[in-house]
Amino acid sequence: MYTRSEPVTTPVHFTFEGRPMQAQAGETVAAALLAGNVGAFRDTPVSGTARAPYCMMGTCFECLVTIDGRPNRQACMTEIREGMAVTRQKGAA
Amino acid sequence: MSRKDLCIVGAGPAGMAAAVAARQNGLSVTVLDEAPRPGGQIYRDITRAPQQRQALLGPDYRAGAGLAQAFAQSGSVHLAGASVWHIEEDGAGFVLSYSTDEGSRVVEANALIVATGALERPMPLPGWTLPGVTTTGALQILMKSAGVLAESPVLVGCGPLQLLLAAQLVAAGRPPRAIVETVPAENMRRALKHLPRALRGAGYLVKGAGLLARLRRAGVPIYRDARDIVLEGEDRLEAVSFRSRGRAHRIETGSAGLHHGVVPNPQVTRLMRCEHRWHDSQRAFVPVCDAYGESSVPGLFVAGDGAGIRGARSAALAGRLAALRVAERAGQAASPEIAKLRRALARDAAVRPFLETLYAPCAQALSPAEDTLVCRCEEVTAGQVRAAAKAHAPGPNQVKSFLRTGMGPCQGRVCGLAVTALLAESSGRSPDETGYFRIRPPLKPLSLSELAEFVPDEE
Amino acid sequence: MTPPRASDLLVIGGGLHGCAAALFAAQAGLRVTLLEKDSVARHASGVNAGGVRRLWRDLEEVPLAERSMQMWHRISDIVGEECGFHPVPQVKVAESEDDLAFLAARAERMRAEGFTHETIIDRKELRVLLPAVAEHCTGALVSEDGFAQPFQTTRAFARRARAQGVAIHEGQQVRRLSHEAGLWRAETPEAVWTAGRVLNCAGAWAGGIAAQIGDVAPVEPIAPLMMVTQRMRPFCSAVVGVARRQLSFKQMPNGTVVIGGARLGRVDPARNRTDIDFRELAQTARTAREIFPLMAGAAIQRCWSGIEGRMPDRLPVIGRSARHESAFHAFGFSAHGFQLGPATGALMADLIATGRLAPEIAPFSITRFAASAEAQSQTRRTS
Repeated sequence: MYTRSEPVTTPVHFTFEGRPMQAQAGETVAAALLAGNVGAFRDTPVSGTARAPYCMMGTCFECLVTIDGRPNRQACMTEIREGMAVTRQKGAA
Repeated sequence: MSRKDLCIVGAGPAGMAAAVAARQNGLSVTVLDEAPRPGGQIYRDITRAPQQRQALLGPDYRAGAGLAQAFAQSGSVHLAGASVWHIEEDGAGFVLSYSTDEGSRVVEANALIVATGALERPMPLPGWTLPGVTTTGALQILMKSAGVLAESPVLVGCGPLQLLLAAQLVAAGRPPRAIVETVPAENMRRALKHLPRALRGAGYLVKGAGLLARLRRAGVPIYRDARDIVLEGEDRLEAVSFRSRGRAHRIETGSAGLHHGVVPNPQVTRLMRCEHRWHDSQRAFVPVCDAYGESSVPGLFVAGDGAGIRGARSAALAGRLAALRVAERAGQAASPEIAKLRRALARDAAVRPFLETLYAPCAQALSPAEDTLVCRCEEVTAGQVRAAAKAHAPGPNQVKSFLRTGMGPCQGRVCGLAVTALLAESSGRSPDETGYFRIRPPLKPLSLSELAEFVPDEE
Repeated sequence: MTPPRASDLLVIGGGLHGCAAALFAAQAGLRVTLLEKDSVARHASGVNAGGVRRLWRDLEEVPLAERSMQMWHRISDIVGEECGFHPVPQVKVAESEDDLAFLAARAERMRAEGFTHETIIDRKELRVLLPAVAEHCTGALVSEDGFAQPFQTTRAFARRARAQGVAIHEGQQVRRLSHEAGLWRAETPEAVWTAGRVLNCAGAWAGGIAAQIGDVAPVEPIAPLMMVTQRMRPFCSAVVGVARRQLSFKQMPNGTVVIGGARLGRVDPARNRTDIDFRELAQTARTAREIFPLMAGAAIQRCWSGIEGRMPDRLPVIGRSARHESAFHAFGFSAHGFQLGPATGALMADLIATGRLAPEIAPFSITRFAASAEAQSQTRRTS
């Protein structure tokens, strides 16, 4: 669904749901996940349906993930860091 | 704790220009912004984007580089990654509480410029919560901040941003699959009466014509007057279906960008209880401000799209204007530049009535079907809001108490205007009479641990 | 101005107590008009913590709370809606052996007075009830009480009152209340309203109404601070307080956690305005995290504060005016009046309609302040 138009020059390594992934330094967790073709970021606590980023600017809170054990992090507002463990937020935190 | 002459919330064009002007006039300035780097959304990551990416994004994006550089050299304190979660008046000025990676702190200032810009106007259409459906702005932010491009997106809605992003994708060699435009034919006829005035800002019209020509050359199909739009898919977007000029269409795609204009970000001005009025042509509430951008709360200025949508160029002018006024209040002689700025602002706004009429919001999204979600967080449908309105819940805050619209993580940013519109539609009252959600702190969800460790007096 | 609009009873204030009294008075056969200055449930009644609590009440309030509790258990029969009422335990947690002894002494005293609803549970029983409670907690005092949705409850009483013929007028601030030719006359910006009897349920604004008819009631407007988190996984099925600290803590069925605890914000009742004091709320956050360590990961979604009326002795004013046979008061619930709403409404309606003063409300006469005001003015004269 999404592709990189530029090569990764300064790689950062992280995991999503335990799976090793690579990103470009300086980009957001959300951009890194989308570029890695992650479909759903979370399941809603109300109906359990899958959601993914909608606004990419900190407004909609659809991209909430758990980062290094901390839930409710806005993936679109958080810079990716080496060694981050990112997981889907399933329902309520 | 040191007190600043001026605090600015937001480091987009308005905030950066305000900071530069205030520093030129000798004021002490702190700029708080959530992002790690300045630029706001329009110039997102302008200080970091490689040259090649900047070239694809075009001159309007690159225009931010000069401003960002002036800001960096201005001597302002730039608190990056600082999310403001509360602002209070303290008699002499303002106290701002903000969150960083290292916890929460406060900063005080005599004057405040709110430069928090715009939000995408929510576009509740069937299926708009499916993964793969984003705002068009989101697709552009991905491009600006990461060089990540959506594959063959369908751009649904209306407005200059649709054409701009489509042209940027064409330049990048990844044209969108289609533009599905929701503009009814009569809009152009209505807009024509604003054309003579718009010619005062002819640059915008020339630019728009250029974008359209580029899209035509690239063979990007544009479907006009689209209605009955459905974003189809099971657990992710699979296709966009709609009717255009009497014919049904279905376009398969994994990505759709929705856009029908942007609206002022109301969170800070509502929190501060600034007076707001409904702007008929922009179809949004705007804070009531004087000619310098000062709101009904003395000392609180609003600059940029937060004061009404006028675009990046005006935002920078308005930021500068507000800062000069703050300097004047702080005892400096009135700047001769003020009159010039106001003329430039008037010239830059000339195109707005034309654009606002031509690209009026999509009717289907303004009055969504019964089973379309309007509150994405709490999953509340338009039908539920209409039913609550009938069952003695006349205002947005009562609807919130009954249905939890606006009580989820986005705190009403996405559903706010939709709820007001549905209530106004049900009651026949104006949006002004209907009102808006009361915005309470924290402005962004705040970790309980961070609050527990918040000891502002010790700063 | 339009001619006066007449009824048997004017109720001033569209909070829970006003709406409940109006409903029961209408059921007793009175023609009732209710005047609300803003909108029904706009202030304390709509935004309080929703505790339906008998636990730890002042002894004087317990009979009224008992009576109200019976009504809460059949709330849907009374108003036709569930009001989000959940019968769950209210718990006061002990953080030390000393705390537990302190709570046990209270339970003992209550039993001596003939009340059996408050019981002690030990460390092990506490963990069965609240698995997420912190390691240092030693036990608790428990009562089978509950919680409800305050806005929904107050609106439900208003709806049922309307259905029973009560005329509820919102946006009608009483600017002047006077007694002329045997009739009460209330002036609002839009109209004049008259009635044979008047009931003052104006909450934080009730002191001003009382003063207009010569009654003394030192009501202090206060703004108890509240916060609510994002949805969390279910971990707490009781309403929790602490023995010697200020906390009110509950997880709602939707997973959000509502936290209060008597800490106060700033209040400007004339402008309907409250301001959050985060220094105070930070202390509430610390207490919540100490009692439930998993709250360290919670995200606070929203903070707010309603405007409540508090009396110097923290007890409500319920009963007849000290000056007028035909004027009545029910206000000053001092931030713990929600549970008392149904019974206060019923007993006030009874008093107004029949003249019968129920023993449950007898301790709360406004005359207790008339006496102290008299004493104060005498002190001033002699000094």
